Amino acid sequence: MSCQRTQELMHGYLDGELDLTGSLEVEQHMQECLICARAYRNQTALRSALKDISLYYPAPAKLRKRVRSALRQTNKAETPSRATAWRLLTVGASLACALLIAFVIWSALPGRFTPSRDELLAQEIVSDHVRSLMVNHLTDVASSDQHTVKPWFDGKIDFAPQVWDFSDQGYLLVGGRLEYLNNRTAAALVYQRQKHFINVFIWPSEQSSDSESQLMARQGYNLIHWTRGGMTYWAVSDLNSSELEKLTRLIQNQTPPRQQSR
Amino acid sequence: MQTQNKLASFEEAVLPHLDAAYNLARWLTRNETDAEDVVQEATLRAFRYFGGFHHDREGRPWLLGIVRNTCYTWMQQNRAQELLIPLDESHDLESQDLSPEALLQQSADSLMVRQALEELPVEFREVMVLRELEGMSYKEIAGIIDLPLGTVMSRLARARKRLQKSLTSQMHAEAQS
Repeated sequence: MSCQRTQELMHGYLDGELDLTGSLEVEQHMQECLICARAYRNQTALRSALKDISLYYPAPAKLRKRVRSALRQTNKAETPSRATAWRLLTVGASLACALLIAFVIWSALPGRFTPSRDELLAQEIVSDHVRSLMVNHLTDVASSDQHTVKPWFDGKIDFAPQVWDFSDQGYLLVGGRLEYLNNRTAAALVYQRQKHFINVFIWPSEQSSDSESQLMARQGYNLIHWTRGGMTYWAVSDLNSSELEKLTRLIQNQTPPRQQSR
Repeated sequence: MQTQNKLASFEEAVLPHLDAAYNLARWLTRNETDAEDVVQEATLRAFRYFGGFHHDREGRPWLLGIVRNTCYTWMQQNRAQELLIPLDESHDLESQDLSPEALLQQSADSLMVRQALEELPVEFREVMVLRELEGMSYKEIAGIIDLPLGTVMSRLARARKRLQKSLTSQMHAEAQS
């Protein structure tokens, strides 16, 4: 790891925000490099200087009073008078109609139901993706050969993910990695498209049926999630959504859908 | 929502974070009166949005996000030139001749640190206040300033480096005089 990288990552280390691998790499570099070790000591000294001194400005009591009374006034203004109550009622009724229609349309849309579990998982996946890029720990096995990456997973996880290289379509397989996601071990396939890295996380699905691709964007990253052939897939990247979708389609074309039992 | 209930639950969820709101506004505007105005406006804004606030979400980051936006709007109207100072995006390495840590530990007095922090560009100041004074996680900070996690770390790295440099050069100057 370079000095420049270490002197950035040491802040994550100082704040307890690095994962284990990153922390170990920072520690190791600092044992070997006096300049970075000194930079780290300076930063801890700075931090304790900031801690010792009371820099915090608590809200003055008069502000607290002022805010309370402003809130009361706003609240009063929001309470409708009798005359406006009628108008509000008619407006409210038409609004309710519109909402009902919107709800019916919304309910009919496929894939509309996004439980908060998916939301949490999406957050976890973005954090994971960022961490893998931050600490330079993209791959445990670095190879563009699918026949090297696939056997590497054997014995490390309780399922056998399929591995494909799409370099002829512009998505180069960079390698594979183990991840801990959604309270279980998951396989991560790492692809590169030009300068963008894509993590594809795979683990056996708890759902019995396949689900269509869902696209979301979180913190500037695009995520695509789908279930197919008994596996859950999450692709995440800073790549634009259409190019990310192209990769997911390539993967989906390689994986058979789950057999429908009749 | 019943208006009385709304007011009561708003006060319960949000008012405990008034100190945090004022502290952030005070550091961003660098002025008591302006900070009070900003906090009052932000609180009223928060009250208006409160219907959309989910109770499982944390009140403090939510309020601080609104306070920050209000501060920026206020600064655009009143002190636009402060926002125009370009951020130096270069990642300079620790320089050798500055900052033996002993110097930092001995003589950093509170006025000096306060002043050095106040003089940081606003983008650096806000991450320092959220991290060092509010003790927030990178994830919470990322949510408030609406940037990816990695940027939060690199911004903190540069903010601390700058702060350290300005403190050590001030201390050197003082030691020499």
